[in-house]
Amino acid sequence: MSTPYAKLPGWVEYGLIPLVNLVVAFAVAGLVVLLVGESPLEAAYHMVNGAFGRGEYIGFTLYYATTFIFTGLAVAVAFHAGLFNIGGEGQAYVAGIGVALACLWLDRFMPWYVVFPVAILGASLFGAAWAFLPGWFQAKRGSHIVITTIMFNFIAASLMNYMLNRVLKPLGSMSLETRTFEAGGQLPRLDWLMSIFGLSVGTAPFNVTFLLALAASFGVWVLIWRTKLGYEMRTMGHSPSAARYAGIKEARIIVITMMISGALAGMMALNPIMGETYRMQLDFVQGAGFVGIAVALMGRSHPAGIIPAAILFGVLYQGGAEIAFEMPSISRDMIVIIQGLVILFAGALEHMFRPAITRAVLAFSGRGRTQAAAKGA
Amino acid sequence: MDELAIELKGIDKSFGLVHANKDINLKVRKGTIHGIIGENGAGKSTLMSILYGFYQADRGEILVDGRAIDIRDPNTAITAGIGMVHQHFMLVENFTVLENVMLGAEESWILNAGISRARAELKRLEKEYALDVNPDAVIEELPVGLQQRVEILKALYRRADILILDEPTGVLTPAEADHLFRILEQLKAQGKTIILITHKLREIMAITDEVSVMRRGEMVATRETAKTSVEELAELMVGRRVLLRVEKGEAHPGEVKLSVKNLTVRDSRGVTMVDDVSFDLHAGEIVGIAGVAGNGQSELLEAISGIRRAVSGKVHLGGEAIDVTGHADPAELRWRGLAHVPEDRHHVGLVLKFEESENAILGYHDDPKYRKGFVLDIDAIRADAEANIQKYDIRPPNARLKTANFSGGNQQKIVLAREMERDPDVLIIGQPTRGVDVGAIEFIHKRIIEMRDQGKAVLLVSVELDEIRALSDRILVMFAGRVVGERKPDASEGDLGLLMAGVEGPKEAAE
Ligand SMILES: Nc1ncnc2c1ncn2[C@@H]1O[C@H](COP(=O)(O)OP(=O)(O)OP(=O)(O)O)[C@@H](O)[C@H]1O
Ligand SMILES: [Mg+2]
Repeated sequence: MSTPYAKLPGWVEYGLIPLVNLVVAFAVAGLVVLLVGESPLEAAYHMVNGAFGRGEYIGFTLYYATTFIFTGLAVAVAFHAGLFNIGGEGQAYVAGIGVALACLWLDRFMPWYVVFPVAILGASLFGAAWAFLPGWFQAKRGSHIVITTIMFNFIAASLMNYMLNRVLKPLGSMSLETRTFEAGGQLPRLDWLMSIFGLSVGTAPFNVTFLLALAASFGVWVLIWRTKLGYEMRTMGHSPSAARYAGIKEARIIVITMMISGALAGMMALNPIMGETYRMQLDFVQGAGFVGIAVALMGRSHPAGIIPAAILFGVLYQGGAEIAFEMPSISRDMIVIIQGLVILFAGALEHMFRPAITRAVLAFSGRGRTQAAAKGA
Repeated sequence: MDELAIELKGIDKSFGLVHANKDINLKVRKGTIHGIIGENGAGKSTLMSILYGFYQADRGEILVDGRAIDIRDPNTAITAGIGMVHQHFMLVENFTVLENVMLGAEESWILNAGISRARAELKRLEKEYALDVNPDAVIEELPVGLQQRVEILKALYRRADILILDEPTGVLTPAEADHLFRILEQLKAQGKTIILITHKLREIMAITDEVSVMRRGEMVATRETAKTSVEELAELMVGRRVLLRVEKGEAHPGEVKLSVKNLTVRDSRGVTMVDDVSFDLHAGEIVGIAGVAGNGQSELLEAISGIRRAVSGKVHLGGEAIDVTGHADPAELRWRGLAHVPEDRHHVGLVLKFEESENAILGYHDDPKYRKGFVLDIDAIRADAEANIQKYDIRPPNARLKTANFSGGNQQKIVLAREMERDPDVLIIGQPTRGVDVGAIEFIHKRIIEMRDQGKAVLLVSVELDEIRALSDRILVMFAGRVVGERKPDASEGDLGLLMAGVEGPKEAAE
């Protein structure tokens, strides 16, 4: 009996419970704000206003969300096969090389719509390659992927330091970044999309990578629930012994899954490099790989959950930056605490309120027992 | 007349469209053993889960010792003196017996005082009910029979007066089952009330005082055990007459379909589980492997079907070698005509979190007919799944239901349908009727014999000696990894029993 307690209707399972978790997370975050002597209401106002107040702010929110969709999908895909890929950070970072090479090579004489597909390919290849090794080590040598992917994050950081210092930095430049790309390496903003809603993106780097993220979400859904490979991945994720019985080759699935996961994480690199800064800078990933873990957790590893979860984290990033800007006594670190609380309540403690909500729902929906009055024992 | 320990009035429960319990009334007298029988999916486990607070009834009333009680969770049930031994044990594998018994009933934050008190209490219980288990043994090192005893101790430690056992003998050897029944008799003698769910009518006749029959969610009858018969009960359960013993004609063995030579298999710790086993399996015959559980039968099946690597030996399928010591591939063997119904349906034969239709293709998901371009053809998959559901009468007939939500016997039918409907040349089948009701046993046995009569080779492993004797054309007995004898199906139970216990029988081979 996997779920001994009553099965809940969909709107409770996927709507009410996450909402309650979120409200509690924000309530506790409010207490923290109160503790440093600031008004939680004011902070909440800046958070919401900073994320949605203007077209430009919405653009920033969705820009961050784009990044998190990719890293969230990456974690989710691995999760379905029972693998915990903590290496999204490193995979995205290394994938930057693929994007940068494509741009540096083609940006002067090709339009963006030619460079973009090449860059997507480059990002996927480099991301997949960086995930291949941990996958292969687990498949062949049994080295645990959680450990190896963490190690590969560190190796990626050193490697990128070297690459930017010695290889990709233009001669004579002082800063650790590639040269700025020409028009071919600059992705168009999604002004037209925003203007449908009567908004303007302003300076927000909200770009076509967002559409790629939506396409990738659909692709992941097809992969997991509609292909043979996805079927094999899920079988392995749920029951390795059943997978062996079915003749599913564990080593092969581990390696392929990790490569797909790495490729998805890698595509994240397109967003900041081609969509915002038009060059590859040191540390451009900025923890997005780790946020992906929280996004996948909250989104229950389903694209339909990952997209809203990624947007929520976009709100936290963009609105959080606004709070830090408007309320000087609340530092960036406080924002990280608030984000941590959301992860805590929506991810790790997601079942905390389930029993109480279950009872309440059963009582309200009139399915309660007739002898509720008889309180024995 | 006597006092009632439990009275259920108008219990009703639905899971979505499945009406699992329909207006159930049940009276269980104090100090008796009350059997509950019924087809797979009749709603027995659901009813007991309601009594134990795992599920909440939609309607109805529960009276314990004459008092109405609102049982909202297992804790209320425990407080009311109800204990339950689940079909799948709920023990912490790497805790000791004592720790498991105390878990959740520690009484205080400081463990030490509680531990010595618990130890004393455990001693008393063991003496009183002949439930001897070493309190310091670690659970995972105990055989299932003893693990089950720990579950009973757990309930008694929580002062249960009413004990519910859901299919307790499914996993036990005959000797272990006998011992369990002695314990139950003892408990009854001490005034405890016992509710026993089982599919084995023999057990019902042997030990219960009264028996209630469920069918399709309804309570259809309650009988005094002394005044009923196996035949009547089977008929009440299924709603028609049931053949309790399969009829089968002569076997007409053909060519060798599967040949096993000097097969040796070790487990992960290096213990030899299958020791130099050789035999041939012909087309059109059923070879049964008898033996007490744990004597290498499981490992033998796993090695032949390519799941577990053998140390040495040769296996040929239809004349061609299977690379059992190297990279035998279960998927490839399926295409070569080997179907395998594994013993452990929960961990091996099914993915419980999948929809029924997804399990209906497990292992055959490579079949091109389930592919449409580069995606899976969900319609084709569901159509096949639904055909199997019809043909094997799997209930509820819903290919989209999560497999975990099917009752045990119906889960077994999902696996059988998948493996049998592929028209394999060789069918190897472990514990085909574990946890399956009499009506379904009849059906499954008929299908197995039909397969034989169509010229398939069937290798059958079962811990049910009756089943082995009823189906097999030849019986091999395994003991400590070796085949210690071969018998005709008409060999006496005593003769087979001696072989199974490792005592060489008087005659060597029956051939
Ligand atoms: N959690 C659940 N969700 C949906 N349906 C369920 C759930 N639990 C049980 N059912 C359905 O309720 C019916 C009764 O199941 P139950 O497990 O009580 O049967 P059972 O009599 O114990 O059968 P068996 O002898 O095979 O164990 C079945 O049709 C089953 O599929
Ligand atoms: Mg049951």
